[in-house]
Amino acid sequence: MTDARAIAEETARASYGRLLAWLSARTGDVAAAEDALADAFRAALEHWPRTGAPSSPEAWIITAARRKLIDDARRRKTRSDGEPALLLAAEEAEARANEEAPFPDERLKLLFICAHPAIDESVRTPLMLQTVLGLDAARIASAFLASPAAMSARLVRAKRKIKAAGVPFVAPAADQLPARTDAVLDAIYAAFGAGWNDADGAEGVSDLAGEAIFLARLVTKLAPQEAEAWGLLSLMLHAEARRGARRREGRYIPLQEQDAALWDRAMIDFAEAALRRAAGHERPGRYQIEAAIQSAHAAGKLHGRDVAKDVVRLYEALLAVSPSTGAEVGHAAALSHVNRDADALAALDRIEPMRIETYQPYWAVRAHVLQRLGDPIAAKTYDRAIGLSTDDAARMFLKERKAGPA
Amino acid sequence: MKYLLMLFDNEDAWASLEEAERNDILGSYFAYTEALTKAGAFVSGEPLDHSSNGKRVRGARIEDGPFADGKEILGGFYMIDAKNLDEALDWAARCPCASTGHVEVRPIWNVGN
Repeated sequence: MTDARAIAEETARASYGRLLAWLSARTGDVAAAEDALADAFRAALEHWPRTGAPSSPEAWIITAARRKLIDDARRRKTRSDGEPALLLAAEEAEARANEEAPFPDERLKLLFICAHPAIDESVRTPLMLQTVLGLDAARIASAFLASPAAMSARLVRAKRKIKAAGVPFVAPAADQLPARTDAVLDAIYAAFGAGWNDADGAEGVSDLAGEAIFLARLVTKLAPQEAEAWGLLSLMLHAEARRGARRREGRYIPLQEQDAALWDRAMIDFAEAALRRAAGHERPGRYQIEAAIQSAHAAGKLHGRDVAKDVVRLYEALLAVSPSTGAEVGHAAALSHVNRDADALAALDRIEPMRIETYQPYWAVRAHVLQRLGDPIAAKTYDRAIGLSTDDAARMFLKERKAGPA
Repeated sequence: MKYLLMLFDNEDAWASLEEAERNDILGSYFAYTEALTKAGAFVSGEPLDHSSNGKRVRGARIEDGPFADGKEILGGFYMIDAKNLDEALDWAARCPCASTGHVEVRPIWNVGN
């Protein structure tokens, strides 16, 4: 009866975030909702192989979760404050399960909760991955270079805070919406960026890339009016489409040297479509500009156009809208591509030393620029970039660059 | 805060490497030490000789190396100065040894506190 097990696992994958969002929104207690759902899925794995999978797996799960919520509420009689909400949620869950009515998708509220200003920025992304996607703490921890125990503790603290501070499960008010949406998108992009560390800044591998793309798609589905969500989706699809071309025999391949035949053309088409959707709203922003930069790079390679000057202009637009160390370094790299290496060096010199002390892309770009200017200090600068790299592919690439002419 | 990074790796692999491969690895470690120094995080660090040249002393008993503790043997260390554990872990991840073996990170016990 492995089919029943497969259905249980499939239900977990497809419905986990939706069911958790729905339960959390009614109880205000993410941790309790998680426990109840975990219990329900465990019960499903036990029962379904024996009895066969129910016709409506989601309804079965929610009914089982309801039982657990009621049991827990009874057990905590001394603390009656959350009980009415729990019981109400349980009743509604049962009513819906009986009617077999579809559960409204409230994952957007859950995303807003995870990126709420009351939640520490460093835990927002892990919280999203755990609550909306059901990822386990160990997997999340490895992407963020933390121990599983430390990551679990951080997540538990965050959920306790949501409950204790009474962070409301509602969509933000109109005047707060843009800032709150940006926080959600930033947290999603952080999942995509976790583990990325390469010479071009915007290049690399992340084992959470698929999860981040899923979340961005979710936002575009639930809030299609948000231009920046489409921009972020486009940006990540562009980067992901080049994954197969980014490494060859363990060596990192920069964009300009990549074999475009190895790019995922269908994914690039999706990325372009997303960018057009974004542009339709005529509300430009950081992610749309970054997506436009990736789009220009792709067009340059695929259609043999010289886009280097467009890329410089786009970076200037990006710096005007959303200045960051990454954008400043990207701008310098773009200046070098149009043979303005002296300007590139000046741009790099303008960045505060504190911000770039251990920022590997800065040293990689700086070494490249110095090498093109014929400055002998380039070798030492390459060493610094190599020393700050976390993977062999980047180290190998930089050593080759150091040895050969730029 | 001071942290000890202990570098564990397969120490016998070194013997079978070509000259160029050895230089490549040494270059990575040189670059890493350079990056630590420039960031003001380097306190000290040394590579260790092969464990067959090591001894273990327990009471009056002396045991000759190598010690059959497993494939990955302590082969060197860095003492670093980092703001907190997260920063120390970032440095450990950049260590070339983290790609080939593993790096153990231990905070130095501050007895005074």
